Amino acid sequence: MSTSPTETHHAHGDTHGHGSPRGYRIGAGLAILLTILPFWLVMARPLSSPGLTAALIFALALLQIVVHVTCFLHLDTRSEGGWTLLSFLFTTVIVVLTIGGSVWVMFHLNANMMPMPNGPMH
Amino acid sequence: MTDRALEPGENGAITWHQVEEEHHDHGGGATILGFWIYLMSDALIFTSLFAMFGVVSGNYAGGPTSREVFELPLVALNTGFLLASSITFGQAIPHIEAGRVGPTRFWLAVTGLLGAAFIAVELSEFAGLVAEGAGPQRSAFLSAFFTLVGTHGAHVTCGLIWLVTMLVQIGQRGLTTDTKRRLMCLSMFWHFLDIIWIGVFTFVYLYGVIR
Repeated sequence: MSTSPTETHHAHGDTHGHGSPRGYRIGAGLAILLTILPFWLVMARPLSSPGLTAALIFALALLQIVVHVTCFLHLDTRSEGGWTLLSFLFTTVIVVLTIGGSVWVMFHLNANMMPMPNGPMH
Repeated sequence: MTDRALEPGENGAITWHQVEEEHHDHGGGATILGFWIYLMSDALIFTSLFAMFGVVSGNYAGGPTSREVFELPLVALNTGFLLASSITFGQAIPHIEAGRVGPTRFWLAVTGLLGAAFIAVELSEFAGLVAEGAGPQRSAFLSAFFTLVGTHGAHVTCGLIWLVTMLVQIGQRGLTTDTKRRLMCLSMFWHFLDIIWIGVFTFVYLYGVIR
């Protein structure tokens, strides 16, 4: 550790530098917009293609999660000396592997199943 | 003694120590990082529930499909409640940092009421589903749905209990170092639950209706 105790305290003091009220307002505005958009896309169905609509709402959800994490949870490279960001990225990798992997594997398992005597399961 | 205490050097030292206190006051560094790690592990619990729901979300077992059971206007209302509660908690943060008890309690109370409204709507939705024979025992899809959304609802309920506890504590002790640190953890918890809800309304409800 090359940092003096005082500097360590500084790093911790930054911890939840809850961002500025302005950053919070921008985050709130974006969050409201990113919530209304997917509901509008599904309830009003301006796009006829279900695939495109699904892709859009998932993209909007990812964007909204990024907005919430940066503007409300104030995650950045400096907080807690980078440990919060590192643990967040680790969690993200596990989330993607678990959900993506499960859905992918089980989809192929279903697709490759022998036909059931009483017709398909779903 | 009194004269000595008024010397600039002495004063400077005292001020410096107070600044040190201020840092402890805000940080609770280890606690905040520890709570963050807890949130990440809680996210992994939700991950497994999302994965389970994703795998069986089409297994209706001849029962009602997601398009038949989900009422999007109700979900939109609920989403609005939870998002609004997240924003009102954000309004409390500057008051917490400045140590203003009155406005802090006001914004926390608003947040709590919005959270309670969210739980009320969710419970009425669950009761309606069970009443029309679409309870958790009907199909794998509905079991996974009730488990995932119910776990989130249980978290929000815990958050509400925590929030009421903090309201009482602030009333008794004011905004001390301890109560401030607890409120910061509660704020992280509350925002975290709103982030989980983004996944729920997109993956479960909206995608369930268009799939």
